[in-house]
Amino acid sequence: MTGRSFTPALRMLCRTARRILPICCVVTFACSMPAQAAVRAFVGAKIIPIAGDEIPDGVLIVDDAKIVAVGPAASVAIPAGATRVDCKGRVIMPGLVDTHSHIGGVGGADGTGPIQPGVRILDSLNVMDSGFKRALAGGLTTLNVMPGSGHLIGGQTIYLKLRYARPGPKKIDDLFIRDASGTPMGGLKMANGSNSMRSAPFPGTRGKSAFLVREQYIKAREYQYKIDRAGGDPTKLPPRDLNLEALVEAMKGKRVVHHHTYRHDDIMTVIRLSQEFGFRVVLHHVSEGWKVAPEIAAAKVPCSVIVIDSPGGKLEARNMQLETGHILEKAGARVAFHTDDWITDSRLFMRSAALAARAGMTRKGALDALTLAGAEMLDLGERVGSLAAGKDADFVILNGDPLSIYAKVQETWVEGFKVFDRADPQDRLFAEGGFGAGHDQSPYFCCFDQVDQTSQQ
Amino acid sequence: MSTNHKRLITATASGGRKPPVNAAVSSTLSRIARSCAMPIATTLAIAILATTTATAQVAVQGKTVYTMSGAPIKDGVVVIKDGKIAAIGAAADIRIPEGFRVLDAAVVTPGLIDAHSTVGFSGMLNQDHDQDQLEHSMPIQPELRAIDAYNAHDDLVAWVRSFGVTTLHTGHAPGELISGQTLIVKTKGNTVKDALVVEARAVAATLTVDARKSDARSPGTRGKMMALLRAELLKAREHQAKQKAAAKPQEKDGEKTPETPAAKTPNPSAEKTADASAEKPAAKADAPASEPPARDLRLETLVQVLEGKLPLLITADRSQDIASALRLAKEFNIKIWLDGAAEAYLLIDDIKSAGVPVIIHPSMARAVGDRENQSFTTAAKLISAGIPVAMQSGYEAYVPKTRVVLFEAALTAAHGLTFEQALATITRDAAKILGIADRVGSLEVGKDGDIALYDGDPFEYASHCTGVIIGGKIVSETVR
Repeated sequence: MTGRSFTPALRMLCRTARRILPICCVVTFACSMPAQAAVRAFVGAKIIPIAGDEIPDGVLIVDDAKIVAVGPAASVAIPAGATRVDCKGRVIMPGLVDTHSHIGGVGGADGTGPIQPGVRILDSLNVMDSGFKRALAGGLTTLNVMPGSGHLIGGQTIYLKLRYARPGPKKIDDLFIRDASGTPMGGLKMANGSNSMRSAPFPGTRGKSAFLVREQYIKAREYQYKIDRAGGDPTKLPPRDLNLEALVEAMKGKRVVHHHTYRHDDIMTVIRLSQEFGFRVVLHHVSEGWKVAPEIAAAKVPCSVIVIDSPGGKLEARNMQLETGHILEKAGARVAFHTDDWITDSRLFMRSAALAARAGMTRKGALDALTLAGAEMLDLGERVGSLAAGKDADFVILNGDPLSIYAKVQETWVEGFKVFDRADPQDRLFAEGGFGAGHDQSPYFCCFDQVDQTSQQ
Repeated sequence: MSTNHKRLITATASGGRKPPVNAAVSSTLSRIARSCAMPIATTLAIAILATTTATAQVAVQGKTVYTMSGAPIKDGVVVIKDGKIAAIGAAADIRIPEGFRVLDAAVVTPGLIDAHSTVGFSGMLNQDHDQDQLEHSMPIQPELRAIDAYNAHDDLVAWVRSFGVTTLHTGHAPGELISGQTLIVKTKGNTVKDALVVEARAVAATLTVDARKSDARSPGTRGKMMALLRAELLKAREHQAKQKAAAKPQEKDGEKTPETPAAKTPNPSAEKTADASAEKPAAKADAPASEPPARDLRLETLVQVLEGKLPLLITADRSQDIASALRLAKEFNIKIWLDGAAEAYLLIDDIKSAGVPVIIHPSMARAVGDRENQSFTTAAKLISAGIPVAMQSGYEAYVPKTRVVLFEAALTAAHGLTFEQALATITRDAAKILGIADRVGSLEVGKDGDIALYDGDPFEYASHCTGVIIGGKIVSETVR
């Protein structure tokens, strides 16, 4: 996609040469690409494991795709035969988890109606979109890619692992995260408030919005009842309904609802509906969450907060403030951040945590909100989001503190493979921008301007 | 981080000025204040502060004072008297007069300048009634004055000010071939008059896909955009020639005619006027060489562009559009400022030899459409080539409704510029490009008392802006 015309074989040759040469010339080159080895020990870095205290002189040991040990240099033994990677002066933290992204050329539900739970975002994604490369440059390793917010129910979201080790993925399926049954994991996108209100057949009011959603969930309940009553007899089963199936999955807790919501009253509506139908929900954006923080905490509903440079841009965002993360954290709610890319740039995701910390959030909470909190909101807390033995080897190597503007991601690793290396000119192009870094197949805009501009009128 | 957190809390609580407010009063006041992002009590405290301290004379003490006119001063003092900087130097050398209110900060900088914004035009709410940045009825409307639209009360004015921004070059937005005029204001005041620095600073033109129409209207292509611009400037040249001809006393035979080509060729409309007057012999005797042209607000504005009084602020991102902008400047010998300029790094030599300054797109502008190849390193590349550069917050059609130029410049410091080079793009160098360096952009005796205070490196996310002074008045003590 960037005009590289190498054949795979030639590319492999170049890559091998690149790997060997620096090691021959500069043995101590910090965090340089090590030779292929089953076990690698990253030594000398400050490690921020998220689960547990920061480790000033840490060791991270990775065996193939998994972390096998993490801890202080003094107490972690480096296995014989492990390749040591010198990371002195660097900071290592878990790969970032973005709970809400629109990269990859998303195209979810269309303009025919406000409720389209049968639409899967996975069917629209371009795995070679440069948005994924930018995300890697920002240290993102796990993403929830979603349809836009112009619908009450905009479709099924997809959880992705950015497995971009060269030569790179060929199809979006290569990035899926599968559950124990082998099914790709994802959630359900819902929205309320002004983004999903437009002229008919879309709702014109908040009352109508909630009604339309309740009506569908009740239908889905009846659909499930019919299936249960059939008792496995195919002649008695109702015809398959892709829309209702997705809602049934949500009510069964298989599919987490990711709910766009801004205003305090809309937030309370989401909580009310989730309680009525028993779906698990993550509140997204939550710009007025600070007004109902105790209520959110009491309902034990997690929040994925967006951090934006100024309030406004639409009526519902006028009361947006940088203190939202701080206020929710203090109230006891679980907080994650998200990029909403292209609303904010994946390459600058750490900035969300930094600005929230500027406005009072704890450092621990802010870093958790980039990683483990998000992972848990995607039901992936057992696999990613922190550096601990048994978890996926997804991590980021930085040249400074993650909350500093001067720090940059040097390397991003996914499941034991280096997927971004700032020292590689190709990767650097996407990290810094420049000629050829563009989206070669994206339409001019993706999912915001027209839908949102129209819907807010 | 916990230190900063503590500092934030202390700064909010320690004022001692926070009046006790009950919930009912605070909710009413919050509606009145329409403050979206400040805790209510803080809003009140600031409102009261602003009225009680506004009249006092002010001095500032900083652990580091970036004057932007020389080396930074360690333990520096700035004394502001009657709105202007009266003294600046090391604390040991400057005596702060008695009765002055003294503010302290770790870092003191000149009030920040946003070299291109639409704040005050593209209102915070983003509803029809507060969007005055783009008038879509015609592609070319240089006659639209900025002073007729600037809203000094828009919440985003106070928002950007709370990060240290004191001067805005703002006005009609990119998005039409010529969208209208821009002005320069301070982020203060009840009316545009209170805020005004320069009433008409530039004429905003757009050579990006945003100015292109997708239906049957013009301009529908890049070629047509340039054709329309050139035709309009040619009309303005004719108008200019008529103005000049009419301003001169009756010329004798053989006397030199005005030099513009338009004036050399017979002017059909002027002839018509002459024909018309021929029908009234009585009027003919004392008539000047030509009648003054009928007033035309559009052409009069463009004549000012031709005369170099109003630069054409041309938003162009792709290299071919930047090249077109330079070609236009050369053809009409007009002064232009390049704006956006996402691919400027491809044309460094051309931009440099044209002597054109560049107001670079926000670092965090969305890398889509014409800006898909933008780079965080453009400022560093242009500055190292010697091209004058300023940073901007730009125009946003959606969320966020404005960016904060402090953070846009900060990213240039993280991508190749030194701290002071990056700071210059939103202070000294921005002032020079905008032609207001005699008043703002650096801390020197005689200049406006516009100062921003920070509790650490202003570019660091963890730091806070702790105070803002404009013309010697404390306009913000929000810790943000």
